Amino acid sequence: MGGPDYAELCQLYARYAAALDAARWDEWPEFFVEDCLYKLIPRENHERGFPLATLMFESKGMLQDRVYGIRETLFHDPYYQRHVIGAPLIHAATAERITCEANYAVLRTKLSELPTVFSLGRYIDEVVVTDGGLKFASKLVVYDNELIANSIIYPI
Amino acid sequence: MDGAEAVFPDEMTWPAGDVGRVPFLAYTNPEFHKAELERFFYRDHWCYVGLEAEIPEPGDFIRTAVGERSVIVVRDDEGAINVVENVCAHRGVQFCRERHGNRLDQGFTCPYHQWKYTLQGDLRGVPFLRGLKRDGQVQGGMPPDFKTSDHGLNKLKVATRGGVIFASFDPDVESLEDFLGPEMLGYFDRLFDGRMLKILGYNRQRIPGNWKLMQENIKDPYHPGLLHTWFVTFGLWRADNKSELKMDAHHRHAAMISTRGQAAAAAPAEVTQVSSFKASMQLNDARFLDIVPEPWWKGPTAVMMTLFPSVILQQQVNSVSTRHIQPRGHGAFDFVWTHFGFEDDDEAMTQRRLRQANLFGPAGFVSADDGEVIELSQMGFEQKPFHRTVAELGGRDAADSDHMITETLIRGMYGYWRKVMGL
Ligand SMILES: [Fe+2]
Repeated sequence: MGGPDYAELCQLYARYAAALDAARWDEWPEFFVEDCLYKLIPRENHERGFPLATLMFESKGMLQDRVYGIRETLFHDPYYQRHVIGAPLIHAATAERITCEANYAVLRTKLSELPTVFSLGRYIDEVVVTDGGLKFASKLVVYDNELIANSIIYPI
Repeated sequence: MDGAEAVFPDEMTWPAGDVGRVPFLAYTNPEFHKAELERFFYRDHWCYVGLEAEIPEPGDFIRTAVGERSVIVVRDDEGAINVVENVCAHRGVQFCRERHGNRLDQGFTCPYHQWKYTLQGDLRGVPFLRGLKRDGQVQGGMPPDFKTSDHGLNKLKVATRGGVIFASFDPDVESLEDFLGPEMLGYFDRLFDGRMLKILGYNRQRIPGNWKLMQENIKDPYHPGLLHTWFVTFGLWRADNKSELKMDAHHRHAAMISTRGQAAAAAPAEVTQVSSFKASMQLNDARFLDIVPEPWWKGPTAVMMTLFPSVILQQQVNSVSTRHIQPRGHGAFDFVWTHFGFEDDDEAMTQRRLRQANLFGPAGFVSADDGEVIELSQMGFEQKPFHRTVAELGGRDAADSDHMITETLIRGMYGYWRKVMGL
């Protein structure tokens, strides 16, 4: 297979989870290359071939715009997220690129409330080697939730 | 200070003629909710069930809901659209569990006792209908006077227009055209002008608030410029945009029609009234707002229609969708977004619609916060059901308007609600 070290890939996911769970939103776009794709898509659309995503960002700039929205414009009930990401499964790897997927669960805790299972699904990712380490060229977040618990504000 | 009254009143007190101060009880009382289902969702009204483009081929079906009742929308072998209730005529099993599929060859079968139905909902097979012959004797079977023709699925009345499917449990419901009324019909036909629709996909969310709050939300032009600061920040919404509010003769349906100003020039503070507004803010990626006017708009850049009780029809610049309201008890509803495009869209237009969909839906820049405030409204109602809202912006009556600084459409809706509910 070659390509980057598996531990390094695991570290990428661990860092991603840690940044989001700590609400360090400014770091989120930095996990992606400039010309990236981030899609949060219901399993239904994904499996039936419908192109609509709940969120579809096609550049790092769009991710930064989302961060601005979270910070400045989107009113929402505040909450904590806790990502639990499974071991990534590598489908293909070259020296520069890994195609892989990983299960995830996001537990949510609203202030003054008990935690709930907020989002469940899997990441289908393209990871590339850059001078700044491994980054996502593409991240498809395919969620199982048949219904979103009201709204999704923060990145998954 | 309020609170001298009983916190949990037995009866709703609402001065005659008032439509602007809606008792919280209207959102919290389970008995009212049942009456609403019967009077608005199951009688006298047409409810949205889907788009023809979702079931293009003979045998195609979707499972959806009218109010809180599960129904199947299916295209039969002759191309006609049937809507049947998803409850077996035998022992009441909600037999259809798939959300979509094709049943051209098999029809529908209840798993419990294998009762089989045609795509029109007629009963066509009952195992052991005439019993079991054994040793020259017939064992069991249905009584001799049992007729399969008496035991079809519950068939709803169906109306389609411009590719949109409506259904009603009420055989005596007026025509869809009369139900919508001429003014609403005009805006309906503007969007659904006969072109084939292309389904882009779904978003589904459960919002923990009374279903009427979603109707109110899209009858409320007071909030977008205040709650949805994203709209304001990036020039999509200005309170002084050219706009109109229109209702049908009953005031149950409404349209908010607005036309975005030419230059997204910095709005003066008295127009935004949003403290966090930053006039200098620019998008990093302007493609979110890559708006290309389309001929069918005939002017307005946004038309938001509320068809009472079941659906919202959205045109916000290039993003078009239906938003289906499916109540789940008095305190919650499921909200199903079906985004679509048109047959003559080129690839760039499809991408544009998909990209602008980022603004809407359960995570949208300007829709996620609607769900959030609806949840918080319901929380407020539940804690003091003796109290009431104040929807008196722009006056205390209900009439069409040529500006947005009014809650007139909400008052119109509650005038209708009071009449139908007899409250
Ligand atoms: Fe809104």
